[in-house]
Amino acid sequence: MRYSYYPGCSLDATGKQYGESIHAVAKALGVELVELDDWNCCGATAYMNVNEVLSFCLSARNLALVGKAGNGKELVTACNACYTNLRKTEVYLNQFPEIREKVGQALAEANMKYEGGVVTKHFLQVLVEDVGLERIKANVKRPLTGLRVAPYYGCQIVRPYGIQDDPDNPMMMDRFLEALGATPTQYAMKVMCCGGSLMGTREEVALRLCRNLLLCAQEAKADCIAVACPLCQMNLDAYQVAINRNYGTNFSLPIVYFTQLAGLAFGLKSDELGMQRCIVPATQIAARYA
Amino acid sequence: MRGVQETVLYEEAMDLKFLDEVYGIPGGDKIKDCIQCGTCSGSCPVSWAMEESPRKIFAMIRAGMRDQVLDSLTIWTCASCYQCAERCPQEIKITDIMYMLKRMAIREDRRRSRKARALSECFVNVVNRYGRNRETELMARFALMTDPLGSVALAPVGMSLFSRGRLPLGGSKVRDIEGLRKIVAKAQELGGE
Ligand code: SF4
Ligand code: SF4
Repeated sequence: MRYSYYPGCSLDATGKQYGESIHAVAKALGVELVELDDWNCCGATAYMNVNEVLSFCLSARNLALVGKAGNGKELVTACNACYTNLRKTEVYLNQFPEIREKVGQALAEANMKYEGGVVTKHFLQVLVEDVGLERIKANVKRPLTGLRVAPYYGCQIVRPYGIQDDPDNPMMMDRFLEALGATPTQYAMKVMCCGGSLMGTREEVALRLCRNLLLCAQEAKADCIAVACPLCQMNLDAYQVAINRNYGTNFSLPIVYFTQLAGLAFGLKSDELGMQRCIVPATQIAARYA
Repeated sequence: MRGVQETVLYEEAMDLKFLDEVYGIPGGDKIKDCIQCGTCSGSCPVSWAMEESPRKIFAMIRAGMRDQVLDSLTIWTCASCYQCAERCPQEIKITDIMYMLKRMAIREDRRRSRKARALSECFVNVVNRYGRNRETELMARFALMTDPLGSVALAPVGMSLFSRGRLPLGGSKVRDIEGLRKIVAKAQELGGE
């Protein structure tokens, strides 16, 4: 299995352990991820605030790069925001000729052209749909027996431009965690927004959203929360101290990527998976299954 | 009577150009189909922190209340989570319309747009320079712009990320940055809305 891989900007920085664990897990499963040559930032939500056409151009440039190196037309990304932007661009280019026209003109300035047809997938989708849960199970060396995990999908991944799953109660990550031997907890917040970039612009709103999420996961007796997006991870992990201070709570819930849990179950080493990079300590989970 | 005057705009005060602006964006004319059902407001995870709910914003747009819409806290509270757009029975691209309202407010330097504009500006600056977002530089620039006194709030978060190797200094860059800049320049010229 071979895919073009779009890491996005966070996976080199705040989401470093995500990038590390994706590569480790892909290798263990024989999935080849070929980094998209010369990719650029997807614009996140910031460019949409500035100029819509520009935002579509950024994603269209990335889409135009896919397939150039003969890696097929499938692009994999693991950040919910990158995923949404890439998928949304594809939809808008198809649906609105005036946008297609403008984006085409802009790309032509750099002698580039996007002819359409790229299929963007989230890495979670690749593992569940392409690799398949049977093969995932076959690779499990240390089942995560007894580990209660709150699956947190984040918002954009299940929304109009997202994966084909129930938008209110998606099960893709639940089934994945089960395949690893873990116990996904039932809780009401699995698709509730974490606040995203409001953490920078309206912090008090984002903090409360994250506090509600942590509370709900804790009430479901989760040992940790599994995430699929670097922004969700950062908001819940790096701001957990601030949440405790603001609301007088004492949450200590590790926020791990689904890929880190997969790596542990596959018998990979904790530091290969960047477990030590979580701010709310997650190494004890790793130690439990070592 | 006073209450009525405060909340109702008479026809001559309506900004009909505003409706044309909104209808003009791709998918914008769909708001004519809004049935005021309130599904968006009921689904929105942050409607409690808005002044006007998303449903009300659509009613206000159609009533031509340009200033009230562009000055509302609502557009700056929207987290772009797409929950409303997922559920709207009329398939209105609510999130994208919120984005458009933000762009209009930023362009007009509306009073509540500053922080979001600062964040967008820092982001665009960093990306235009490298083609990629260097998060460390973004956070530092944003902190300096909005909270120059050492950014007390952000410092512990930054330190905890830094000490775990999650805020690297420097970073990667797009090779064909010249090409990317040409695309950006052209898009800005074409995208003027
Ligand atoms: S959900 Fe759609 S139709 Fe209902 S009030 Fe909101 S925008 Fe209007
Ligand atoms: S996209 Fe904005 S308005 Fe819509 S539900 Fe999410 S936060 Fe609310």
